[in-house]
Amino acid sequence: MTSLSSDSLSARTASASLAASAPAMVIDDVVKRFGRGTEVVTAVDHVSFNVAQGEFVSVIGPSGCGKSTLFNIIGGLLGDYEGNVLIGDERISAPHPEVGMVFQEESTFPWRNVIDNVAFPLELQGVAKSERMDRAHHFIDMVGLANFEKNYPSQLSGGMKQRVSIARTLVSQPKILLMDEPFAALDEQTRLLLGDKITQIQQQLNQTTLLITHNLTEAVQLSDRIVVMTYRPGKVKRIVDIKLARPRTSDVVGSDAFGHYVAEIWNDLREEASRGMADSESAASRRGAHG
Amino acid sequence: MAKAGAIPFTTRWMPEMFGIGTLVVAILIFELLVQSGVVNRFIIPPPSDVFLAFERVVMEEDILGRVRETAFEMTVAGVAVVIVGIPIGALLYRYSIWRRALEDWIGALAAAPIVLAFPLFLVLFGRSSTTIIVMAFFHGLAPIILKTVEGLTATRKVLINVGRSLNMTSSQMFWKILFPSALPVIFTGIRLSWTFCLITVVGVEFLINLGGLGQLINDLAERYDLPGTYASICFVIFVSVLFFVILERIESWLQPAR
Ligand SMILES: Nc1ncnc2c1ncn2[C@@H]1O[C@H](COP(=O)(O)OP(=O)(O)O)[C@@H](O)[C@H]1O
Ligand SMILES: [Mg+2]
Repeated sequence: MTSLSSDSLSARTASASLAASAPAMVIDDVVKRFGRGTEVVTAVDHVSFNVAQGEFVSVIGPSGCGKSTLFNIIGGLLGDYEGNVLIGDERISAPHPEVGMVFQEESTFPWRNVIDNVAFPLELQGVAKSERMDRAHHFIDMVGLANFEKNYPSQLSGGMKQRVSIARTLVSQPKILLMDEPFAALDEQTRLLLGDKITQIQQQLNQTTLLITHNLTEAVQLSDRIVVMTYRPGKVKRIVDIKLARPRTSDVVGSDAFGHYVAEIWNDLREEASRGMADSESAASRRGAHG
Repeated sequence: MAKAGAIPFTTRWMPEMFGIGTLVVAILIFELLVQSGVVNRFIIPPPSDVFLAFERVVMEEDILGRVRETAFEMTVAGVAVVIVGIPIGALLYRYSIWRRALEDWIGALAAAPIVLAFPLFLVLFGRSSTTIIVMAFFHGLAPIILKTVEGLTATRKVLINVGRSLNMTSSQMFWKILFPSALPVIFTGIRLSWTFCLITVVGVEFLINLGGLGQLINDLAERYDLPGTYASICFVIFVSVLFFVILERIESWLQPAR
């Protein structure tokens, strides 16, 4: 796949709907423990769910519940785990070429300007210079940084750097997109607008997407399904179908149905979040316990 | 202080003017101290005498030839140290067994007064430029190795993960992520190494009375021409500044706006 031409897009959509029956990704009874002896921390505890081809699934849970660990396992960066993560028929133990990752930490290359950062994956694939500049330009435009192509990361805000990372992952048009709290550094307005852009190309490319987040609004706005995780050990608490119509834009945030979903998931999440909070409070020596 | 629009002239050149001003004031203070007899003029000549000695040193002592000679030895040692030191640093980073085995020894090498081993090098390489270059090379090698290891090790984990997620080969990983990420620290290493190299070049020229500026300083000191000696030292500073300006140019060319 070398361009965003409508022909190749529709071809891909067609083949995708043929394969819609088999899940694009299977997460089957995954367990990950860190440390040994009495110091063992179970970061991910018997987590199972599937993601269908073209589906947008969010994993939501309080911080410290094992979301990034799960992200790293699915991305093939943590090969040593129990259970199975399957993409196609392949058990993941190393990065899969069809998976693109956006990391939670700031991950731009400070020695490359914006356009060279975004074109980086294409450079590795040996795409000719003029073509890779065109394609990089397209995605930079999409994340709203068209005027900053020649700037270096040190000259950008945290949110702008994160948008560069997102564009860098999207530019190679991965079939499966994994994102670990990609919008955490963005303000609410940018988050909503960028969410729209992501939804748009996700729908266009029929891209299978797994979004890790701790943000409820974001999860409901974007997802077909939401996996709610418990706090330590990280288990699946519940999986919620989001039956809001597509095409969907950030306008949906104002609707009754949206509010209903947010309230419903918050109900589940509240208990976990307060356990997480109590945990960090007791760690910093006991003060009054709220909520 | 900054006003809208272009940076005012005084703000733009303030650091430079302040630096030069400080130097001028220091020189004036010395002049006063020596002229008033507080400082013995046979230990430190008055700056005005040093200034006057410049002409003599340039006209009579073939200063250009000597600068060229010292700069040549410095260039060969400085380039060799970079070409050899960075790969050794990369290997130590890659093979942690070597690193644990050798890192302390290399640290010791950096601290060792290699200049004092000049008789050994004289036996090996004769009384020649080669001796000077080889000694400068060994003295300058350690910092660049250590800083290369340090810089590569400090590469942020998430950048390495980006590389892994893109299925980069280990050579791509090195050239496109580890090395550029380590570059600022490696440049610190080059700066340290070159300082060591220049000290050794001039020091050994002085000790074995051969070659460029070091020998001239030795000669003039022996003739008890103190103003000439100090004037020659100014040329050593000039060579040093020259190398560091070149290095800074290369650095900002390699990594703009970092
Ligand atoms: N490399 C590691 N070594 C030891 N413990 C880890 C490691 N990575 C994560 N953990 C622990 O696993 C738990 C989950 O971490 P993480 O997956 O980063 O959570 P989240 O992304 O949901 O905030 C935490 O308790 C964390 O301390
Ligand atoms: Mg995390």
